[in-house]
Amino acid sequence: MNMREKIEVAAARYPNQRSAIMPALLIAQKEHGHLPGPVLEEVADILGVERIWVYELATFYTLFRTEPVGMFHLQLCDNVSCMLRGSEDLLRHLEAVLGIKKDGTTLDGLFTLSTVECLGACEMAPVMQVGDDYCGGLDIARIDALLERLRAMAGQAIGADPATTAPPGE
Amino acid sequence: MMEPVLLRNVGVPDGHQLATYEAGGGYQALAKALREHTPDEIIDLVKESNLRGRGGAGFPTGMKWSFVPKRVGKPKYLCCNADEGEPGTFKDRIIMERDPHQLIEGMAIGGYAIGAETAYVYIRGEYALAIRRLEQALAEAHAKGYLGKRILGSDFNFAVHIHCGAGAYICGEETAMLDSLEGKRAQPRLKPPFPAVEGLYASPTVINNVETLACVPHIVARGPNWFRSIGPDKSPGPKLYCLSGQVRKPGLYELPMGIPLRELVEERAGGPLPGRKIKAVIPGGVSAPVIPEHGLDVGMDFDSLAAAGSMLGSAGVIVIDDSTCMVKVATRIIEFFHHESCGKCTPCREGLNWVVKVLRRVEAGQGAPGDLEQLQALCKGIFGNTFCALGDGAAMGLRAALTHFEHEFVAHIEAGRCPFH
Repeated sequence: MNMREKIEVAAARYPNQRSAIMPALLIAQKEHGHLPGPVLEEVADILGVERIWVYELATFYTLFRTEPVGMFHLQLCDNVSCMLRGSEDLLRHLEAVLGIKKDGTTLDGLFTLSTVECLGACEMAPVMQVGDDYCGGLDIARIDALLERLRAMAGQAIGADPATTAPPGE
Repeated sequence: MMEPVLLRNVGVPDGHQLATYEAGGGYQALAKALREHTPDEIIDLVKESNLRGRGGAGFPTGMKWSFVPKRVGKPKYLCCNADEGEPGTFKDRIIMERDPHQLIEGMAIGGYAIGAETAYVYIRGEYALAIRRLEQALAEAHAKGYLGKRILGSDFNFAVHIHCGAGAYICGEETAMLDSLEGKRAQPRLKPPFPAVEGLYASPTVINNVETLACVPHIVARGPNWFRSIGPDKSPGPKLYCLSGQVRKPGLYELPMGIPLRELVEERAGGPLPGRKIKAVIPGGVSAPVIPEHGLDVGMDFDSLAAAGSMLGSAGVIVIDDSTCMVKVATRIIEFFHHESCGKCTPCREGLNWVVKVLRRVEAGQGAPGDLEQLQALCKGIFGNTFCALGDGAAMGLRAALTHFEHEFVAHIEAGRCPFH
């Protein structure tokens, strides 16, 4: 199914089209990676709703991204349970090894680093979300291993040799 | 040791699949409800069980269901609150990931009781695995005739849809959730009218937490007396406690309501980390006022914790040890509320911004005489002056930290630095 068809299927679950804006935006974001203005307008047109209604939601809810992010979006939870288990140290380490500050993206476009409010996985704190996956029980060694694995995946994805992929920031 | 009820399939291979759920008697309660009981009788059963909502407020579930008008000429809706954004809380995620049919069966019985044919599970968008598992489970239940038209040969029709949130804590507030489901920015509504009378699409709507609905099949299958035999009279039933923070065995624990907080933390969850002492515990997610170590001999139920000046809330128990600065914890909690304020009410939107600035200054050792009085005054200005409980939760949490750990705030101001660094 293309994006329009997926949105139409989602919209059928509701008695009015306005309720379908959030599901439609999630579908559009999956398709495009983020939600620039033309995509928001396309969503409004598909649903036949006011464009301002779509803009309102895209700028209110934190999972909607109006700016592009790297191939891997590292979202480190730094709320209380994770903070008590060392998330601050992990953030400093990630900033150092990636050579970026929080909310930045590496020059090679591989990683965007963010902090987020509670991920609801406090039993495995400290926790980070990478794409759809939760990575818990993190420490510096596990973070390093995870970054290596992601770099290797990216290497495979773009046809490069993972062994020769330079760490971002170098 | 209490027999696992809500967590009986957690840890079981393929516990999330229909075959496993059916093998343990799953969907027999739905069949029994449709075969042996009228909707009113189901509401009476739930009332007799004294099940109180597990989302935080502890309102009697059967009473909430009975508020739905019988004849209104509009569709009625059931909404499952699976937004679970309270820091320290992860119980609903575990149910949806590991035993989603328990929730679906509870929703079907709830829908039958209130006369709803359509239900939505409002689930936070971050919970990708839970969403996937719930989608699979809904398809399985539909294929087997537990959902859809003329369920199990009865006249009852019921459809459940998943609605993914997109990252806003305020959606856990029931009226903000309804606005979000209607495709608007999530902001709380003035009550009355209450959702049971005028909720989703201005129709009668019941909103229940995941854990609350998961209790319902067990009440129907085993009877209200069995449910009331677990835990204290006024807050009976099995309860899920989320343990996190500086404790040896973080995890999800199922125990009776009313278990002493000290036993939960020191015995069940293994106590503090090696070489450390417990300084304080937040018993019900960050909205719940912190309890100092000497106050841990309190029962984990709605009434006991309220009497002790805190609340059960989401039962997200966060353990803090003696290596941790309470000014820093308080600052982080208020930063969360400030970030998540929906912006509708001025005291919450502007007041929390001000509180964060003062707290950050104190924590950094740049506090001034009078800062603590200013924080108390700000709490007074926020508490009770907002549409929803977000501002109240922030003010109550900060007041408790200022009361129990005033010496740490004073030490920051007097020494001009954090004594823990």
